[in-house]
Amino acid sequence: MIDVALNRRSLLAAAGPVLAVGAFGLVMPARAQGLAPTQSMSGGANNYQKGAPVVNRIGKGGFWMTGTVRRAGDGAPLAGQRIQIWAHTVEGREEDQRSHGATLTDKNGAFRLEMPQIIPIFGQPHGHLAYDSGEFKTVFLRPVMRSAKDTGLEAHFILQPA
Amino acid sequence: MRWARVSLIWAALIAAIGVPAALAAASPQLEWRDAIYIAAGFAGIVALGLLLVQPLLIAGYLPGLSAYRARRVHHWIGGALVAALIVHVAGLWITSPPDMIDALLFRSPTPFSPFGVIAFWAVAAVAVLALFRRRLGLRTWRVVHMSLAAVIVAGSVVHAVLIEGTMETISKAALCALVVAAAFKVMTDLWMRRKRTLS
Repeated sequence: MIDVALNRRSLLAAAGPVLAVGAFGLVMPARAQGLAPTQSMSGGANNYQKGAPVVNRIGKGGFWMTGTVRRAGDGAPLAGQRIQIWAHTVEGREEDQRSHGATLTDKNGAFRLEMPQIIPIFGQPHGHLAYDSGEFKTVFLRPVMRSAKDTGLEAHFILQPA
Repeated sequence: MRWARVSLIWAALIAAIGVPAALAAASPQLEWRDAIYIAAGFAGIVALGLLLVQPLLIAGYLPGLSAYRARRVHHWIGGALVAALIVHVAGLWITSPPDMIDALLFRSPTPFSPFGVIAFWAVAAVAVLALFRRRLGLRTWRVVHMSLAAVIVAGSVVHAVLIEGTMETISKAALCALVVAAAFKVMTDLWMRRKRTLS
């Protein structure tokens, strides 16, 4: 369970405590009290397009964007939340309409959306995810892939009421 | 014998720049990029290659050129470096304006960006100062240019090494190492020579 950021700069600083918090959240739910909300990552909103439609799959697929959405404080999974996803892929540029799509979380607060393989742009292969539906505060994430060959990427949201 | 040595040096220089450029041109990543982004990326590779040529020219390490000629070529390549960087920045701007604005404002999440931006502005500063070289006086010019050159080399090399892009890793590292080595050698030689003449 790795929380949000796999940014090279923040990885060393953040990975330790984040991993610890993540593990505690799973093993000891009581400790999840006071779970801090996810902060937007810088550059997360780049090439964002409001209102991308909910889709079964972006393009031809082959790559899995996965993650969870939970509530700040008690860490309760949030069902039916809309997460928008976009990236520079083998099928299109980051700002192309067809590179954008949205999906909804299931009853466990998990989401997964198949999309085309992400390829490196602007120096690192990375995806973009947004929670932007209004009920909670908007969050933009820009997780970085460990390798351009990875065929999946994880990102987790902890939302606070808007 | 001399002819063999001259061609060997030039062949080595062409290989040092040409091999990484050729491997980048063969990168599978290119398939997923459009023409402007490819041009912007290659302008960056060209600029990195020119950084290797600059110290070699000014130190007179490249055979077949008189000192005067080498200095003239150094000036022209300086101009070419500026042009390459303008293509690099403009092309990336067209490819993704928000990413480029983030980089130029030093708020990009990627660590390689600020190094490139600092090197870019250092090149711009050298270009502007070069126009006033005579008015600055040779000594001031030299100190300022060498300091900025150190920033340019360090910034560009860190920028290039951290990027995951079309350049192949080993050839990129080799070119970067040569750029650093050439700049370091020429600068220390100049420094030693100056110290000797002063004492």
